[in-house]
Amino acid sequence: MSTLQKKSAHPPVAGPLKVAMIGNPNTGKSTLFNALAGMHSRVGNFPGCTVEKKIGRVRWEGRRVELIDLPGTYSLSPRSLDELVSVEVLLGRQKEIGAIDGVVCIVDASNLERNLYLVSQVFDLGLPTVVVLNMADVAAARGNQINEQKLSEKLGVPVIKTEAHRRRGLDAVREAILHVSDLPPAERPKLYPAEFYAAVERVQAELAGWNGQPMPNYLVERMVMDVGGEIEMELVARHPQKLAPLLKQVRQELREGDCRIPGVEARVRYAWAREMLDGAIERPAETVATISDKIDRLLTSRFVGLLMFAAIMFVVFMSIFAWAEPLMGYFEGAQEWAAGLVTANMAPGALRSLIVDGVIAGVGGVLVFLPQIALLFLFIAILEDCGYMARAAFLMDKLMSRVGLSGKSFVPLMSSFACAIPGVMATRVIENRRDRMVTILVAPLMSCSARLPVYILMIALFLPQEAVWKKGGVMFAMYSLGVIVAIGVAWLLRKTLFKGETPPFVMELPSYKLPSVRMVAHRVYDRSKAFVTRAGTLIFATTIVVWAALYFPGDHTEEHALQAKIESIEADIDEPLTAAEKQLGQLVTRRDGYQILLAKDVRDDKKAAVHKALEKEFKEAVPTDEAALAEDVAELDVAIAVVEAEIASLQARLEPLHEQKNAVSARLIESSLLGRLGHTIEPAVRPLGWDWKIGVGAIASFPAREVIIATLGTIYSLGGDVDEEDESLRATMAAATWPDGRPVYTIPVLFSVMVFFALCAQCAATLMVIKRETNSWRWPAFTFVYMTALAYIAALLTYQIGSMIV
Amino acid sequence: MTTLDSLKQGDSARVVDVAGDDGIAMRLMEMGVTEGELVTVLGFAPLGDPMELRIRGYHLSLRASEARRVQIDPV
Repeated sequence: MSTLQKKSAHPPVAGPLKVAMIGNPNTGKSTLFNALAGMHSRVGNFPGCTVEKKIGRVRWEGRRVELIDLPGTYSLSPRSLDELVSVEVLLGRQKEIGAIDGVVCIVDASNLERNLYLVSQVFDLGLPTVVVLNMADVAAARGNQINEQKLSEKLGVPVIKTEAHRRRGLDAVREAILHVSDLPPAERPKLYPAEFYAAVERVQAELAGWNGQPMPNYLVERMVMDVGGEIEMELVARHPQKLAPLLKQVRQELREGDCRIPGVEARVRYAWAREMLDGAIERPAETVATISDKIDRLLTSRFVGLLMFAAIMFVVFMSIFAWAEPLMGYFEGAQEWAAGLVTANMAPGALRSLIVDGVIAGVGGVLVFLPQIALLFLFIAILEDCGYMARAAFLMDKLMSRVGLSGKSFVPLMSSFACAIPGVMATRVIENRRDRMVTILVAPLMSCSARLPVYILMIALFLPQEAVWKKGGVMFAMYSLGVIVAIGVAWLLRKTLFKGETPPFVMELPSYKLPSVRMVAHRVYDRSKAFVTRAGTLIFATTIVVWAALYFPGDHTEEHALQAKIESIEADIDEPLTAAEKQLGQLVTRRDGYQILLAKDVRDDKKAAVHKALEKEFKEAVPTDEAALAEDVAELDVAIAVVEAEIASLQARLEPLHEQKNAVSARLIESSLLGRLGHTIEPAVRPLGWDWKIGVGAIASFPAREVIIATLGTIYSLGGDVDEEDESLRATMAAATWPDGRPVYTIPVLFSVMVFFALCAQCAATLMVIKRETNSWRWPAFTFVYMTALAYIAALLTYQIGSMIV
Repeated sequence: MTTLDSLKQGDSARVVDVAGDDGIAMRLMEMGVTEGELVTVLGFAPLGDPMELRIRGYHLSLRASEARRVQIDPV
C-alpha cells in the first residue's frame, strides 16, 4: 500500500464504518467481498427494485465495519431505477444504509484503461476512496508492469494490489478500509470544460427554486449529461413544463460551445484515464494472442463452438433434470422416515395430520428443490467464473433476439425445462431489467419435470398399449406448446408492459480463467440459503394453508378411528405377516430353482450353477433326478398355496377397513373447503370437460402440480399414496363416469387436462421465487393470473374443438 | 461513411464517431468506443451476429445493429 499523507477529515464515529465496494463486472469484486466478509453477509433487496442488497458485517481490530457490495457496473450514469440505486447509496441518499464513510473501487489490473473510467466517476462523488488493483497476476502474465506507487501518486488515493482468488493482499485492503475515514475525500478531477460546470450550476439553482431543497451536484451533472437518463425522466415528470425546455436549451448551448452532450463524457474520461496511466504502467507494444484468445476462437467458432456449447448445456440440463433425482430421493426418503416416525408414535388425529401432511410435507416441499438449485448454480458459478457464461450469451444472442430477448436469457430458460425455480433464480445474470422481467415471467411456461407425472398419467389413460413413439409424440407436443406460448407471451410483453428501446448487447467478453473453488462453493451456498430462508417460508405456509383447506371443516372422528383400527391390526399381524412373507419367499425361490433344473432349454453348466446355489442357500442336498425334482415341485406348489392363503387371510382383516376408510376420506375431501370450492367452480370447469373431482385436483395442486395425482387418488377412494404409474388409479379413472353413465376421461378431456397443466401456474414455489426475485407481489400475482387465464382458454379450446373432432 | 458492421474478421479500423445520444450510443462510448480508438474484429458468432472485437486491450461483443452506429476509418 502506498503511503499518503493522512489527515483526519471525519471525526471518529460510534456506529459501524460503512464502506461501499464498487467495480466493473468481471473484476473479482464478489470474490474480494466474500473473502473479506466471509460468511457474515446478508442478502436482501433494495426497496422498490430488483437490485440485490448485499451487506457484510464484520469486526476488525474491534471496529465494526459494514461492507456494501454494489452490483458490478461499467458506469455510474443511471439509465434505470436499478442503476440509480448504486448512485443513491454512494451519495448517502439510500435510507436503509445512510451516509457512506468511504468507497473501495475494485479495478481489473489487466484492463486498467476501461476500469479507470468508473474510477473517475467515483472520484466525482468526492468520497474518501481506495483503489484495489485486483487480478494483478493476470496483468503481470500479459506483460503489464504496473507501478502502483506512481499510480497512487497520480490518482491521489491509496492503491493496493491484490489477487483476491488467491487471498493475496487482503490484509492491506482490510487495513485501508479501517483507515478510510482518515483519508481526505477524493479530489474531483474537473474534466469538463468550464461551460459545463456553469450550466450545471444554473440548472441546480433553478431546481433549488422549484423544490425548495438543493440537489446534490453530482446528480445535476448526471442529469445534464445523460440524455434520457433516469434522473432526467424522474424530474421531468415532476416539473414537465419547466425542466424539459431548460435542459434542452442548456444542452443546445453546450453543444454549440464544443461541449458535445453526451459524447464529451467518454472523451474526457478516457483521456484522463490515459493520462493517469502514463508513466504508471508499461505495456507490451504488440498485443499478442494469449492462450485465452486461442481458446476463445475455438469456443466461438461455428462447428467446434456450437458442439461444445451443446455438450455443456446438455450436462447442465441433465444435472438438474436427472442427476438431482437421487439427491431429491434422499430428501423424500428422509421425509417418509420422519412421517413414519410420527405415525408410529402418535394416535391418528388432527395434530398428527397437521404434522405429517402439513408440516413435514411442507418442509419436504421446500427441501426437495435444493438439489436442483445447488446443482444448477454449481454449473452456473463455474461457467461464469471461468468466463464461459458471456460466450454462451454471445453464441445464443441471434436466436434469442428473434424473440426480443438477448442471449443472456438462454440458460435461465433452458434450466426452466427441468424446474422453473432455479431458472428464475438464474435470471440474475441478466442485468437489463426489461429482459430479466420478461424472462422471469415466461420461464414458468417451460414444461418442467413436475408436469411429467400429469402427462404420464393422462397419456397412459388413452394410449395404454400404444407404441412408445406415439406417447413420445404427445409428450413432445406438450413441451412444444409451452415454448410456442412462451415466445408469444415474450413478444406481447415486450410490446406492452415492457416496451422501450432495445437494451444494448454491448458486453465484455472476459478472459478465460480457472474457476475458483471457494467462489463457486460460496455461490452455491448463497443461492441455496437464499432459497430456503426467503422463498422457503412462503412455500411452507402455502402447503399448510392447502392442507387446512382439505382438512377442514369436517368430522374426522370416524376416519381417525378407522385409521387407528387399521394401525392396531397392522401391528397385530405384523409379526405373523413378516414371517409368512419370508417363508413364501424361500418357497418360491426353491420352486423356481427346481423348475430351472427341470427345464429342457437350459444349458447344463447353468443348471449346475443353479444346483450349487440352491444347495448353498438351503444347506441341504438338492435331488438330481427329474422324477424327484418334479415331485418336490408339486409339493412346493401346495406349500406355497397354503402360505399365500395364510397371508391373504391376515390381510383380509385389513381390506374392508381400508375400503371403509378410503370411502370416508373421499367423503371428507368432498365436504372440505376445497371440495366445496370444487363443486362451486364446477360450472366454470364444465366447459373444459371436467367434473368437480378434476376441479378439486387442479385447485389442490396449487402448492405443486404433481399433487393432483395424490388428490385424485383420495377422491377416488384409493388413498393418497398413489402415483402416476398406479394401475388401480388408472383403472378407476378409466371407469369413472358422469351421473348419466358417460365416461369422464374421454380423449378431449385428457388433452384439456394436459394442456391446462402445461400452461397453468400451479406451483407455489415458483410464484414465491418470482416474488423474491422481483421484490414485489405484483409479479407473482400477474404470472398467476395470466398463466391461469391462458391455461383455461387453451384447455377450453382443446376440449371444445376436440369434442367436435372425436 | 463506413461503419463498423461492414468489417470482416481480422480487419482493423479507427473509430471516427458514434452516432446518436441514446442508451446504446452512451453504452458504446462508456465501453471505450471513442474517437481515434483502434478496433480489431476477432470474429462473429456462429449465426453471424453479434461480433467480437478487441478495443483498449479487451474483448467486446456487440450486435450488427449496434456496430452500425460506429463510423470508422479502415486501416
